[in-house]
Amino acid sequence: MTDIAQDLPGTVAKRRTPSRYQSDEFKARLKARYNAERRFQVYGALAIATAAAMLVILLFSICSKGYLAFWQTEIKLEITFDPAVLDPSGERDPNGLRRANYQGLINSALYEAFPEVSGRRDRRNLRALISSGGRFQLADMVVANPDLIGTTQEVWFLASDDIDQFAKGTLPCGVTHEERMAGIPCTVPEDSRPINDRNIGWYDQLYANGQVDFAFNSVLFTKGNSREPELAGMWGAIVGSFYTLVITLALAVPIGVAAAVYLEEFAPKNAWTDLIEININNLAAVPSIVFGLLGLAVFLNFFGLPRSAPLVGGIVLALMTLPTVIIATRAALKAVPPSIREAALGVGASPYQVILHHVLPLAAPGILTGTIIGMAQALGETAPLLMVGMVAFIVDIPQGITDAATVMPVQIYMWSDLPERAFVERTSAAIMVLLGFLILMNGLAVYLRKKFERRW
Amino acid sequence: MTASTMNVDPSAIAMSNADAVGTGRVKIHSKDVKVFYGAKQALKGIYLDIFEHSVTALIGPSGCGKSTYLRCLNRMNDTIDICRVEGLIELDGEDIYGRTIDTVQLRARVGMVFQKPNPFPKSIYDNIAYGPRIHGIGARRDEMDVIVEKSLQRAGLWDEVRDRLKEPGTGLSGGQQQRLCIARAIAVSPEVILMDEPCSALDPIATAHIEELIDELRENYTIVIVTHNMQQAARVSQRTAFFHLGDMVEVNDTEEIFTNPKDERTQGYITGRYG
Repeated sequence: MTDIAQDLPGTVAKRRTPSRYQSDEFKARLKARYNAERRFQVYGALAIATAAAMLVILLFSICSKGYLAFWQTEIKLEITFDPAVLDPSGERDPNGLRRANYQGLINSALYEAFPEVSGRRDRRNLRALISSGGRFQLADMVVANPDLIGTTQEVWFLASDDIDQFAKGTLPCGVTHEERMAGIPCTVPEDSRPINDRNIGWYDQLYANGQVDFAFNSVLFTKGNSREPELAGMWGAIVGSFYTLVITLALAVPIGVAAAVYLEEFAPKNAWTDLIEININNLAAVPSIVFGLLGLAVFLNFFGLPRSAPLVGGIVLALMTLPTVIIATRAALKAVPPSIREAALGVGASPYQVILHHVLPLAAPGILTGTIIGMAQALGETAPLLMVGMVAFIVDIPQGITDAATVMPVQIYMWSDLPERAFVERTSAAIMVLLGFLILMNGLAVYLRKKFERRW
Repeated sequence: MTASTMNVDPSAIAMSNADAVGTGRVKIHSKDVKVFYGAKQALKGIYLDIFEHSVTALIGPSGCGKSTYLRCLNRMNDTIDICRVEGLIELDGEDIYGRTIDTVQLRARVGMVFQKPNPFPKSIYDNIAYGPRIHGIGARRDEMDVIVEKSLQRAGLWDEVRDRLKEPGTGLSGGQQQRLCIARAIAVSPEVILMDEPCSALDPIATAHIEELIDELRENYTIVIVTHNMQQAARVSQRTAFFHLGDMVEVNDTEEIFTNPKDERTQGYITGRYG
């Protein structure tokens, strides 16, 4: 210290003895600290990279399988609408027209296109080129426009699922289309593939004639479920999910918000409200299948509500979503600054007016976000719906909340169980659609939060 | 209202002191007011009279209970679960903790301005109109327009915001926000306005603005102001009460308190020996 005192005024004092913060030991310690920080950052980056890689792999595996399902192979045939087959009486009666033998028309068109095919077995194979839905397609055409009778039209039919899969290359025979055209035979043995050489030959012939095309798979988005993959759509499941979510929303939001407002704003803080609070928090962690069992026992068996109906599914999902809504709403209410409440109370607002005019509007973005995230959870939920019968095979599009229905995730679950190769890509496609809806909902939540975010 | 209460005569104020009833009419009478936060006692029996059409300043070191006392006067402490108030507070002779008075009614009569400006996140117009609207005043649009304009004029904010009444109140500067809050309090036409350190978040110019305003408001309202700033107390108030550790140590005419404090603690505080 005396050294410093001897420095001339106005000059920078130089410390002769280094302080402990300048010692080598301290420097080493400092270096270790920075190294620790760097390591910590690396761990974090690795964790994020792992998670991102998993997500990419997952999305890639789904999309790479699923994108094919958005396209369908179609085959063009020349159909002669023979009056003798369709309308022998000439009455043009719609009921009669609908019942006519359209399969016969398709079969004749096929036999005509491949006159060399004979024999029961080969002809059966030939008929299997076209989807069994072809006859309904023709029936619809004729009923809508009876003038077609007596004419010859080119009609595009859906290929059967095996041909569709073969055309897409998911049922390969070992060589490409061009190689086959050049006369190179398939390398995969015939008995280990679902379509034989004759089928392939017919397909190649149709292809060469320009009678094969790939079109957007509108069936997937407009039709209900089916055992035939090429006729199976998820519109029924989408509508079912919609009805279910409407019920969930209509129940979970009013009840959840009302419960949260009461607990947060009015309820006295005592052992009872503590107990309720603990229970609500625990409910959020209850396995969802338990809610399904509850729905089965209470709503189906006791109250006798219809099985497989979006009404019951929606109630069950509302029970499951309630804790999410309540917790999100309470957090949003808590986040409203007390100064706003005081300001409103200060001008003589009653507690009810404070909540209705000031607290709830300010908490609305948070409530909305919580609600949408709860809804997204409900949209992706499968297990509880299995318990209330929403896992049934349902072809019809549900017309209301009491009709039998299924929902998207359950449809995915059911499709994933089916043996046909074509359902593999449809399962992935359905997952993509479901993910699309989820991304849409979460995006909406983010957008609303950003839009209504207020600063005080 | 009599002439003597309308225009407060400084000499009359000077005569009033802690022991004697002043010449002004007593607006708020408190007797043995005790406040507990759970087991902790925050006020240890306050006896204090607040006179009509005057500014009463409450001063004292942090944690002395002056804000607690202020919040008793419009029962704002009711919002704190663990808070318990004992004793008697009368507004115009009526016990405000009695059965006949409702808190909503009380707070319409006893308005409040808070430490931090807290405009509603609504338009300037709606900030002012909210109070009258919930009390059913100014149901017609033109009536409300008059109330809004008058309140803003009285708060000295009209000229600055007349062209942007639809803009959010939160977009104003801190000083303007605080005047907006005062205008909001005035709009309900209360009898008493409580101010809890209204200038502590403001710069000196905004503070001067508010102080001028307080002086003008005295004509029509009874004002109780809590302040940490002793110069402010000296500038705006006619009477000053000194609080210390939950006790009301001394109340007197402001000039008297600052020039000739009776209690040692008061003297210590105003001369800056502690605080």
